[in-house]
Amino acid sequence: MTASIVLGWEDWASLFAHYMLLSLMSVGGAISTTAEMHRFLVEQHHWLTPQQFNDSIALAQAAPGPNVLFVALMGWNVGLNAGSYTAAILGVAVTMFGIMLPSTTLTYMAAHWLHRNRELRAVRAFKQGMAPVVVGMLISTGIILATTDAKTLEHWPLWSVSLAAGILIWRTRIHLLWLLGAGAVLGWFQVV
Amino acid sequence: MIPEDNRPRPKSLADLFFSFTWLALQGFGGVLAVVQRELVERKRWLTQEEFIEEWAVAQVMPGPNVVNLSLVLGARYFGLPGAAAALGGMLTLPLLLVLMLALLHSHFAGHPGVAGALRGMAAVSAGLIGATGLKLGASLRRHPLPAAFGLAVALLAIILIVGMHAPLFYVLAGFGGLCCVLTYRRL
Repeated sequence: MTASIVLGWEDWASLFAHYMLLSLMSVGGAISTTAEMHRFLVEQHHWLTPQQFNDSIALAQAAPGPNVLFVALMGWNVGLNAGSYTAAILGVAVTMFGIMLPSTTLTYMAAHWLHRNRELRAVRAFKQGMAPVVVGMLISTGIILATTDAKTLEHWPLWSVSLAAGILIWRTRIHLLWLLGAGAVLGWFQVV
Repeated sequence: MIPEDNRPRPKSLADLFFSFTWLALQGFGGVLAVVQRELVERKRWLTQEEFIEEWAVAQVMPGPNVVNLSLVLGARYFGLPGAAAALGGMLTLPLLLVLMLALLHSHFAGHPGVAGALRGMAAVSAGLIGATGLKLGASLRRHPLPAAFGLAVALLAIILIVGMHAPLFYVLAGFGGLCCVLTYRRL
C-alpha cells in the first residue's frame, strides 16, 4: 500500500511552493482545492497513492478540529513514503505552513483594514449584505451533509438523527458533546 | 465591529488559546457551528449579527473559514498576538490528535463499531450546522433589507445549492453581491 519514494530538497521546496499557491486559491476552504492537490501529489509526482489521498481526507473529517487538517495528513503520508517519521514531521510542517501562511497573512491584513474603515458605508454594506446568503449556505451544508450517506428512504434512522439533533440544538441549550456522544453510541451499536 | 464596552470578552491570550482549543475539539466534521454556539450563545463575546459579519469576511478570503474566523476574532481583542493565540488554539491539539488517529488508523479502520460511531457523530454534526443556519436566519429580522426579501434569498440559495448543485462560488458572488448593493442603497 505504501509507495517508496525519494524526496530531495528541491522536491520539498516544490511541495511548499505548490501549497503556498493553493492557499491563495482556497476561497471557500482548502477542501475546494483537493482536485488540484490530487493532480499534483498523486498523478504528477506519485508521492501519495490514491488510497492514501482518500484516507487522509476521510480521517480528518472524522477527527475533531478544522477540516484543513487533512492537508497535514497528506504531508505526513508523503513523509512516511519517503521513509521516516522525521520526514513525516517535515511533511506536516511543509504542507501546513504552505497552506496557512499566504491565506492567514492576507486575511489578517484585510480584517485589519476593514476594521479601521468599519464606518465606511461600503464596508458596512458588504459585511451586512452577505447575511442572507450566509444563512442559506449554512442550511444547505447541513442538508447536504445529512444526506450524503443517506440518500434513500431506507436510511431514515440516520437522517432522523440529524433532524432530531438539529431541532434540539435550535430549540434548547443542551451541550453539543451530549448529542455527539449519543450519535456515537447509536452508531456503535449499529442503530443508525 | 465589537464595541469596546464592558461586554464579556476573553480575559487573556491563554483564555483565547484554550477557548479555541475547546471549540475545535467539539467540532466533528467542521467547527463553524460550534463557534457560533460557544462564542455567541455561551460566552457572549459576539452578537448574532457580529458573528455573521465577521464570518462574511472569513468566508470571502482564501483559506479555511473557521481558521480565518479565529484569526479575525483573536486579532480584534489582542492584535497580532491574539490572532496567533486563537489560531494556535484552533490547530495545535487537533493536529496532534489527527496524527495519533492516523497512527491508529490501520488497527481500527475495519471495526464496524468505530465506523458506526463516526457515522452517528457525522449525522449529529449535520443537524448542528443546519440548526445554526436556522438560528442565524432569525437575525435577518433586524437586517437593513426587508426580512421577507432576506428569507427569499436564503431559500433560493438553498434550492440552487442543494437541489441544482450550483457551484457555491457563483451563489455566493451572485446573491451576495446583489444583497451587498441593495444593502448599500438602504444604509
